[in-house]
Amino acid sequence: MKVTIPELSLVLLVGPSGCGKSTFARQHFKPTEVLSSDYCRGLVADNENDQSATKDAFEVLHFIARKRLAAGRLTVIDATNVQPDSRKPLVALAREFHVMPIAIVLDFSEKLCHERNRNRPDRDFGPHVVRNQSQQLRRSLRGLDREGFRGVHVFKTPEELEGLEIERQPMWTNRRNEHGPFDIIGDIHGCFDELQELLANLGYSVEKNDDGYRVKTPEGRKAIFLGDLVDRGPKIPDVLKLVMGMVGSGTALCVPGNHDMKLLQKLRGKDVKIAHGLADSIAQLEAQPPDFKGKVADFIDGLISHYVLDDGKLVVAHAGMKEEMQGRGSGAIRSFALFGETTGETDEFGLPVRYNWAADYRGKASVVYGHTPVSEPQWLNRTVNIDTGCVFGGKLTGLRYPEKEFVSVPAHRTYYEPAKPLVAAQPASDLSQQHEQDDVLDIDDVIGKRIIETRLHGNLTVREENAIAALEAMSRFASNPKWLIYLPPTMSPSETSKQERLLEHPAEAFAYYRKEHVEKVICEQKHMGSRAVVIVCRDQNAAQRRFGITQEEIGVCYTRTGRRFFNDRALEKEFLSRVQMAVSKSGLWDELLTDWVCLDCELMPWSSKAQDLLRQQYAPTGAAARAGLADSIAALHRTSQHVPEASELARRYEERLEMARQYVKAYRQYCWTVRSLADLKLAPFHLLATEGTVHIDKDHVWHITTLARLCSADPELLLATPYKVVDLGDDNSQQEGIAWWEKLTTSGGEGMVVKPLQFVTRNRRGLIQPAVKCRGREYLRIIYGPEYTAPEHLERLRARGLGTKRSLALREFTLGIEALQRFVDRDPLRRVHECVFGVLALESEPVDPRL
Amino acid sequence: MLLTITNTNPPATDLGYLLHKNPSRVQTFELSFGKAHVFYPEATADRCTAALLLDVDPVGLVRTRRGPAGEGGMLDQYVNDRPYVASSFMSVAIARIFNSALAGTSKGRPELVNTPLPLSARIAVLPCRGGEAFLRRLFEPLGYQVKAEHHPLDEKFPEWGESSYYTVEIAKQVSLQDLLTHLYVLIPVLDADKHYWVGKDEVEKLLRHGEGWLQAHPEREAIVSRYLRGFRKLTREALARLTEDESLDPDAEQETKEEQEQAIEAPLRLHDVRLDQVAAELKASGAKRILDLGCGEGKLIRELLKDRQFDEILGMDVSYRSLETAAERLHLDTLPPKQKERIKLIQGSLMYRDKRLAGFDAAVVVEVIEHLDEPRLAAFERVLFEFARPQTAVLTTPNAEYNAKFETLPAGQFRHRDHRFEWTREQFQNWATRIGTKFGYSVVFKPVGEEDQRLGAPTQMGVFRL
Repeated sequence: MKVTIPELSLVLLVGPSGCGKSTFARQHFKPTEVLSSDYCRGLVADNENDQSATKDAFEVLHFIARKRLAAGRLTVIDATNVQPDSRKPLVALAREFHVMPIAIVLDFSEKLCHERNRNRPDRDFGPHVVRNQSQQLRRSLRGLDREGFRGVHVFKTPEELEGLEIERQPMWTNRRNEHGPFDIIGDIHGCFDELQELLANLGYSVEKNDDGYRVKTPEGRKAIFLGDLVDRGPKIPDVLKLVMGMVGSGTALCVPGNHDMKLLQKLRGKDVKIAHGLADSIAQLEAQPPDFKGKVADFIDGLISHYVLDDGKLVVAHAGMKEEMQGRGSGAIRSFALFGETTGETDEFGLPVRYNWAADYRGKASVVYGHTPVSEPQWLNRTVNIDTGCVFGGKLTGLRYPEKEFVSVPAHRTYYEPAKPLVAAQPASDLSQQHEQDDVLDIDDVIGKRIIETRLHGNLTVREENAIAALEAMSRFASNPKWLIYLPPTMSPSETSKQERLLEHPAEAFAYYRKEHVEKVICEQKHMGSRAVVIVCRDQNAAQRRFGITQEEIGVCYTRTGRRFFNDRALEKEFLSRVQMAVSKSGLWDELLTDWVCLDCELMPWSSKAQDLLRQQYAPTGAAARAGLADSIAALHRTSQHVPEASELARRYEERLEMARQYVKAYRQYCWTVRSLADLKLAPFHLLATEGTVHIDKDHVWHITTLARLCSADPELLLATPYKVVDLGDDNSQQEGIAWWEKLTTSGGEGMVVKPLQFVTRNRRGLIQPAVKCRGREYLRIIYGPEYTAPEHLERLRARGLGTKRSLALREFTLGIEALQRFVDRDPLRRVHECVFGVLALESEPVDPRL
Repeated sequence: MLLTITNTNPPATDLGYLLHKNPSRVQTFELSFGKAHVFYPEATADRCTAALLLDVDPVGLVRTRRGPAGEGGMLDQYVNDRPYVASSFMSVAIARIFNSALAGTSKGRPELVNTPLPLSARIAVLPCRGGEAFLRRLFEPLGYQVKAEHHPLDEKFPEWGESSYYTVEIAKQVSLQDLLTHLYVLIPVLDADKHYWVGKDEVEKLLRHGEGWLQAHPEREAIVSRYLRGFRKLTREALARLTEDESLDPDAEQETKEEQEQAIEAPLRLHDVRLDQVAAELKASGAKRILDLGCGEGKLIRELLKDRQFDEILGMDVSYRSLETAAERLHLDTLPPKQKERIKLIQGSLMYRDKRLAGFDAAVVVEVIEHLDEPRLAAFERVLFEFARPQTAVLTTPNAEYNAKFETLPAGQFRHRDHRFEWTREQFQNWATRIGTKFGYSVVFKPVGEEDQRLGAPTQMGVFRL
């Protein structure tokens, strides 16, 4: 015998003690699916039969059941469940989580149960216990349906259980294995002409045949109708015929709308109020052959409230679907799918005020729905309403999925006067709903320990302590989070050089990548300035449209911690418009089909941002060193005139003074006074992202050469980054790379950055460092101190561990790219911000600051 | 790191006996932080100069430093002035190498120990926190002639200004013991940092070395407090690192900024007036559950705690460090349970919607909004008035008009370096009225502090009611 239960149900085993519930559960369910009241008694009281622990035991049982049901897992309750009072809370639980309550009743004879109990030493209760339970069970049997069970399976003898098979049936709503591509079409309301046009625009061909329409779909595609096929419009039967035909032939799916259901009730002879265009349906159906109405009724009756498609990535329903309802089944879900949720109030037009479930939607699935006419479809938190009120004179809209492209056909005319004008659905401000919602982020999305899912590198953890530090930095200093779509990662140096006199040398950088099986690397000159992220838009409109910025800004320039680079707004504006003009002049807007760009750059001079650092640390050290050492040398020289052994010390101090002078010379290279824009230089080196694309699929030569073209459009402000490609299989090529580095660093350069040619590079062991830096000997004086090159110091400095730094570099790189990808995918800001905040949090991780 | 002491009392070379160091040699001593050399650039009968040269190991400073990471200030950095300046290292060296001279004993010339001699001392590089004026106030009352030469930060960048370093010469008819004692105490007083932890024995040392002169010194208080200065209190290292490009230690900077603001507003004791008035507003509103947004170190919470009307006070600040201080000052860990359960401190931000803030009777936001970037006020407005939505909200902010009355505040400058804006009464009232209308609150404006007829009160307050 076979019993079928929905794959997501709450199964109550019902039967007196000793009837064999636990054995039954063991045979038919996974051990983790079964929650036994006896076991819970044991958990709380160390004794499975301690009746005084029953209350606590059931609290534990309900608690676990809630967790399982919330996670969408089938759960079996192994308890006697013979009293209505014990079943009631469980049925309520099933309702709360929109799963089906199922009862499996083992109604075996008292005698049998009693005998079984007698054979168990721990069940020393008298026969009256089983007798009572059996009586209670008998009294319950007839009422189980009324208690809300959606399936009651009663077994009278143990023999009936022999060969029993329990089959789990997928939920009707579960179409996860259908991957589309789909064309999802909003509320049609009998607008057949527009439907035909829309289908044609989507590549479908429609042919009329005897009893309806034959529709040919474009290769592999499938249509999905969001319901409300009927009422109000002029050609309701044609719409029905077309949709029924497509659904029947498997080329379309359809979910029911509230109008369709109302019509069904009418067709089934229920007494319903004829309003909201139902009269049109009735009248038009009258003119059809007599059996048509029956077919329509059966069709509507067979529709499923909503569908979960494409591995759970897409959900379709007439009026939307909350995350916790998706893929489940209950009356509440059916009602939500048809009507959405209302607050109980009515608005000035007498229409019910709808609770905006989409504003609170946090689900991973995209939800496409209709029901409430809007003038334009707008994504909000991965949901979109595509009912554009065709029957009210708006348009009929289809959404191509996964392309997420809207295709619309204007209504030929207004078929039905709307109760309120369509424009009223538009938000009051100029911002999209999403951007308006993004004005305020939620603290729950950033604080505490967080695990962030990334495309490049799996799940990354951000520790709570780090989030604490980041919250302060983000709140006090960072610029508008809407601009913060990326923060740059930290970068590790190459391994310590084995060469005398040096801490870093390209040979180690090359060796690192060779070991990681990289064939070619790019060496880029490292500019010594401050890291800057620059975003510019084609115009202010683009800034508003794409970033949701309402202040009069065309872009932003911020530091590696998200802080605005310029305190002077006028200077910032001038700076950004110069970059904007350069993008225009270089033709990149059109070439990249974008109206914004995000650039990773170095902004010089270093002194413009590092003023405090220079005044409080670098310059004082230089001043003190030069004055102190010179004085000491003079004293030693005088001494050596009468104490010869002092001259050795004097010589050493002269060397020290020379190192101090080199140090001052080193930092001065990176300082100049900024009086105006003419004194600034911006060197972009990554063209990170533009509309629709994060450019990690291009190699670094593309980035550098494309940006070189940008730089040539304004050479006064923009500085192209010199580079050299090195073949790690070729000794000569590597020697050239080393010679280039030597040339750069001896002429005062900071050094170079070595990157695999590809932006993202993996090998067997996973993602590898996107870049390592290789700094020059003189530059390192400002990192390791003026005198670090003295052999006795250098030897001690060689010991440095790169592990933490490299792990941070990888994680920050991953999060930065993830942030951009989410932005490009038009995710809600909180999803972008989560990653950016994560980078900032990781930056607070203690790590040797010299690396 | 170079200190020279010159004696011109013939036979000047007696200095060698007093210091117990032979003028005809270069002697080298090992110290925990490096080496010290003693030698004599001059050693004639008329003039004898002894030099103490410290060779501080710059790598050792960073590598062998003990104590929690991040609390060493400059000692965490390889780029560091410590090897080149006279600091507490110099005092340690004096005590170790010239120990008998400092103790006032001499085997060779016992009669000279207490004799005032024409002595001078020259310190090649002395960091003087407080500048030349303070330097003179330290040494001149002790009878020294002071010569000080100031060094620029970098002669190539005159706009960076002067450094805090001086080459200092002091001269006086004085016993060597006294001279060394004065240097021993006053060098670290002038310098900002101490390289070791200040513990109880430092108090003893100061009292011992200060005997006979410190008590009568007009700068006594400054000397004591600076000498005993420990490392800065727990600095959250992470925050310092986050802002390392922009500033060395934002918390230290914050401290000096708070000092600035209080110094400007001090004569009014404005902060106390403000808190009293805010507390009175809350009292009058009948509110029981209070939100203190931007509670800082918990001064208002301490006031509110005294009144039983306030059942529950939630203090929120974005600075974790401030909250730690608040918890300390409120003695949260030792408060009786009934008191303690009235207070909760949380880290949070006015830039983020926060469900923990919902359902309160009243919220106070005292001197906070001016620390937010003006464009980001929009987020704050919604966080407070749309989502937290207290029955009453009390906001205060400086009245920019009143700044004209602050003599020490240059025109056009804000009261605090972290202020992103300061509003006139009209600006504040326009903003508040617009916000009130938008979110359905009525607003009443009140002056805080003594009102000037033309300029208004130093602080302005808006009381919003639902």
